[in-house]
Amino acid sequence: MAKLIELKGISKSYDSEKVIDSMDLYIRDGEFITLLGPSGCGKTTTLRIIGGFEQADEGELYFEGTEISSVPAYKRQINTVFQKYALFPHLNVYENIAFPLRLKKIKEEEVKEKVTEMLKMVALSGFENKSVSTLSGGQQQRVAIARALISHPKVLLLDEPLGALDLKLRKDMQNELKSIQQKIGITFIYVTHDQEEALSMSDTVVVMANGKIQQIGTPTDIYNEPKNAFVADFIGESNIIDGIMLEDKKVKLASHVFDCVDGGFEKNEPVDVVIRPEDVDVVEPERGMLIGTVTSVTFKGVHYEIIVDIKGFKWMIQSTDYVAPEKTIGIYIEPDAIHIMKKSEYSGKFGDYSSFSDEMDYISNADTAEEF
Amino acid sequence: MHSIAAAPHIFWAVLFVVLPLFIVVFYAFTDESGSFSPWNIAALADYFPIFLISLELAVIATCICLLLGYPLAYAIARAKPQHQKIFIMLLMLPMWTNLLIRTYSIMAILDDRGFLNTLFDTHFHIIGTKGAVIFGMVYDFLPYMVLPIYTCISKIDKHMWEAASDLGCSPIKVMTRVILPLSRSGIISGVTMVLVPCISTFYISQKLGGGTFELIGDTIERQFLNGARNIGAAISLVMMILILISLAVMNRFTDSDGEDGGIIV
Repeated sequence: MAKLIELKGISKSYDSEKVIDSMDLYIRDGEFITLLGPSGCGKTTTLRIIGGFEQADEGELYFEGTEISSVPAYKRQINTVFQKYALFPHLNVYENIAFPLRLKKIKEEEVKEKVTEMLKMVALSGFENKSVSTLSGGQQQRVAIARALISHPKVLLLDEPLGALDLKLRKDMQNELKSIQQKIGITFIYVTHDQEEALSMSDTVVVMANGKIQQIGTPTDIYNEPKNAFVADFIGESNIIDGIMLEDKKVKLASHVFDCVDGGFEKNEPVDVVIRPEDVDVVEPERGMLIGTVTSVTFKGVHYEIIVDIKGFKWMIQSTDYVAPEKTIGIYIEPDAIHIMKKSEYSGKFGDYSSFSDEMDYISNADTAEEF
Repeated sequence: MHSIAAAPHIFWAVLFVVLPLFIVVFYAFTDESGSFSPWNIAALADYFPIFLISLELAVIATCICLLLGYPLAYAIARAKPQHQKIFIMLLMLPMWTNLLIRTYSIMAILDDRGFLNTLFDTHFHIIGTKGAVIFGMVYDFLPYMVLPIYTCISKIDKHMWEAASDLGCSPIKVMTRVILPLSRSGIISGVTMVLVPCISTFYISQKLGGGTFELIGDTIERQFLNGARNIGAAISLVMMILILISLAVMNRFTDSDGEDGGIIV
């Protein structure tokens, strides 16, 4: 797949606060790429720069090899699905979707044919004459997608498009968006703070924090091989423990030497060790590699979420078997469940569950008012 | 509770709105002795030319207000929030001065031997022309055009500009295809609020028209001053009905979703 869009050294500040810090990124033709990060990480600003609503302070933006920084939004072959849909309230569903075609003075029969086709694609046939204000959030969303796609843009930008929908509808729309993208085969650039959404829809995930790209990769790469403590923590749950790399495939943490599958570090180099909660097995204390005391157990439906105190560090374990609080248990970890990361600026800030209180809830709530 | 809270308003409305209306209707259909007479209405044909001039001046003044007011309202609505307050205050500032005093001041400035002609040592004859009256109307009523349009534009979702431009609208098309249609209710409110007082004004035409021509408002005033209440009431009644009809027609253009409408009767 060829490079369709390329950002080179893009920087942007608001009131001397750096929102994007010399960002390099390329986006291939036909891929579903997601910019993922917490509120204020610069993901929406990046999207707005690509869309032409915002000018970068520094850097170059290429579209099919041409620099387009000074090309206004209306001349770019890039369309946007806005967070709050931004449908035109003075037009009905049909005219909203037909809007881009009307500007090109296309014949009525052709307009009708295309709008009908679009309505069919987003499953809104029969809604032609409805006023957009009478539609539900999900329906408005579909109209916005149809309107953005009808003039066959090369790229579709989606700015947290599912943020205002309830959970069930959000899941349905995720599948639908993915299938629309596969059907028409154009590039989707998707912005979200929801890691699950990003993992389930994307070909490529770009994890951002503080205006910088932390990691670019496929969803499995990002989940299984996080580059630093920030990524490991932001994508799913993880225990991040200080460790010492004794030699290749040998890491020491919590005074125990574990076999692992990673290598390429200095001898005795301090590292961050990531162990996913679902990869930790609860065993009898005498068979355990480490021994700890259960401090809390929460039923989560699919599994129990167990917090275990091991030498003062609180681990999270997900197990389908119930374990009583206060009980002493042993834990067992497979070598390939241990992922070693280099120390970074984020080391020591994440991955300890001692002050754990539904962290994910906090992140999703804080992010509902995303930066402009 | 509702009825008690509404009582003062109902009392007020009956005393100062409904009752006077009945008095106007009563006078319009009676002669000086107080018995029923259709002749007041029949006599109105004589005043048709005056009505036409009033309409002409009011329409011109309203058009100028719209042409000046829309861009101004747009610029204010798109300014930074902290600047918007200042602009709106500047716009309202002249309204703190009594309308009559402002009109007299214009007279003093534009008079043949007024401030401007003295300052530049010129001899422009302005007072007494239609132009002076239109100028007075525009000056006095411009804020009534700007405010409803400003309110309307400032309520438009900021993403409308981006969405329109994203979908291929040049800056001009953004205005014509999206923003103008979305601010239509503000425009109609503004036009109503300027046109109606312009048609029925009497002091502006008296002062700035220099007595050279008469508008319908002056006619009504003259009838009442001369004791011809019945004719005056008849003209007022017909004016009122004409205005109501034109408001009803204009309301048809404000869509069924009156939610974002400005101030409509």
